[in-house]
Amino acid sequence: MTPAEIREEVLDILRDIAPDDDISDIDDAKPFREQLELDSMDFLDIVMELRKRHRVQIPEEEYTELASMASTVAYLEPKMKDL
Amino acid sequence: MPKDFLAGAKDYYDVVVIGSGLAGMTAANTLARAGRSVLLCEQHYKLGGMATWFKRPGGHIFDISLHGFPIGMIKSCKRYWTREIADSIVQLKNIRFDNPMFSLTTSFNREDFTKLLIEQFQVPAETVHAFFDAARQMNFYDDQQTTTRELFDRFFPGREDVIRLLMEPITYANGSTLEDPAISYGIVFSNFMSKGVFTFEGGTDRLINLMEADLKKSGVDIRIRCDVEKVLVENGRTSGVVINGRTIKAGSVVSNSNLRATVLELVGEDKFDPKFIDEAKAVRLNNSSTQVYMGLKPEELVPEETGDLLFSSTAETFRTDLLLSRDITSRTYSFYYPRTRPEGRPRCLIVSSTNARYEDWANLPEDEYEASKQDLVETTLDAIEKYVPNIRDRIDHAEASTPRTFQHYTKHNLGSSFGTKFEGLAVSRALPEQLPGLYHAGSVGIIMSGWLGAINYGVIVSNDVDAYLLKSAEKNPFASTTK
Ligand SMILES: Cc1cc2nc3c(=O)[nH]c(=O)nc-3n(C[C@H](O)[C@H](O)[C@H](O)COP(=O)(O)OP(=O)(O)OC[C@H]3O[C@@H](n4cnc5c(N)ncnc54)[C@H](O)[C@@H]3O)c2cc1C
Repeated sequence: MTPAEIREEVLDILRDIAPDDDISDIDDAKPFREQLELDSMDFLDIVMELRKRHRVQIPEEEYTELASMASTVAYLEPKMKDL
Repeated sequence: MPKDFLAGAKDYYDVVVIGSGLAGMTAANTLARAGRSVLLCEQHYKLGGMATWFKRPGGHIFDISLHGFPIGMIKSCKRYWTREIADSIVQLKNIRFDNPMFSLTTSFNREDFTKLLIEQFQVPAETVHAFFDAARQMNFYDDQQTTTRELFDRFFPGREDVIRLLMEPITYANGSTLEDPAISYGIVFSNFMSKGVFTFEGGTDRLINLMEADLKKSGVDIRIRCDVEKVLVENGRTSGVVINGRTIKAGSVVSNSNLRATVLELVGEDKFDPKFIDEAKAVRLNNSSTQVYMGLKPEELVPEETGDLLFSSTAETFRTDLLLSRDITSRTYSFYYPRTRPEGRPRCLIVSSTNARYEDWANLPEDEYEASKQDLVETTLDAIEKYVPNIRDRIDHAEASTPRTFQHYTKHNLGSSFGTKFEGLAVSRALPEQLPGLYHAGSVGIIMSGWLGAINYGVIVSNDVDAYLLKSAEKNPFASTTK
């Protein structure tokens, strides 16, 4: 997957998780938490969904990498580039 | 021959879940939805664990633990269960307090509490805002040394009335005391304060039935009257369970049974590091409860102003030891109006709950035990007379349950109603490090207890289990891990 595809995939997951938020104009550089109503269960759902869809494993110590769209895509790129 | 409750069960599952409390059911559902084969075993004949109910003649259905939960239940039920379940969650708007220090009615959210604290309790607005913000910002990774008492003393020194307003409902909700870590108070309190107290329309029976239907839809193999006797260990890993004498292999095991019982009885001390055993043994359990269930005659209606939840006490001040004493001064009444079960027969019910110590009830001889239960009913009827006049003439059913009752139905050591104290969470989380493939999901550490805590913890643990199964499959590609 290319970074653009990974970004689209994360957006798709977020759409399920935060159906009441508008995610079309998300700022990639800013933390998700400042833009969406996300709590720690929501981040867990992102992790579970990535594993379910792509068998990507994210250890608990690395959940902080999912802070913003930019950091998420950068973190996932090596894990998902061959998918 | 006795009925074989495991008839048709397979010899291997990716996951065996021991116990169908809310954490166990949610873990089973989440893992089945993730594509795992799941066996859910419950020793009782009913699913739900402490989320349960019972029926009595006269059309009464009593709920045991449906007194209120925070708004977060809506989101968790929508995501991990069904929209129908989430859509049945409604607010309880009349929360009352009545004690020698104050009497008031509130919607039990930040807005209304702020108003009450400033106007009725005359606390400066800045202090109130600062307190709510401090509680809101608390999270699990914060310092665990500060106690709830110290938190209150920082913001409201000498204000026992304020402490009572802020603490009494939470003590009732999860058994926590002023001596517990402030974060366990702050997290639970803030969860409630965000929008108030909620309940499930249709009652616990409807909730559990809807959950059972969804478990089946997800493909979970559900078995009642299946008492898991043993968790099996092979080559240092969890390999299955023994149920009603039969061995079933499993890629991993999630125990929703009591944490101590899981470690010490289901697995056995010899399978763990002695240091871990010491830690597990040092985990303190939370207190238990007594309850009195009162059913009103069909024509008797309680006016709704009486409240949904009423925190009543005759004690001059708020003290945790008084709350546990058998000389009861504090009772929390839940009033169930016909709207609780809109499809059922229109009935008003009252459940009075009080925190209690298991040891005060455990060793009473049978006749004394029965007499104490009857005394509990009588003294409760006396106490509720103030709020529901002529109660004795208006009811057609009253009975009591004690810590022994809870112990009997859920197999919880000491009949603990709210799981373990704070330190239980770390032991629960450390279990798979000790014994790969074995997980615990259930009320622990105060913050993971209650209906919402149990559900969310079930999801958190499922995530770990799913990751473990994926990893084991990568190491051993020939093992079957998905159905
Ligand atoms: C009186 C009372 C009032 C409460 N009020 C509220 C409230 O108003 N709001 C709220 O949010 N929470 C309330 N709670 C707390 C809440 O009910 C619990 O925290 C929650 O239901 C616990 O869920 P759990 O998944 O941890 O496990 P449990 O409900 O304890 O379930 C564990 C299950 O495992 C089964 N089991 C155990 N061992 C085995 C075995 N070896 N083999 C097979 N099965 C086994 C048991 O039978 C049981 O079904 C209340 C609790 C009590 C007792």
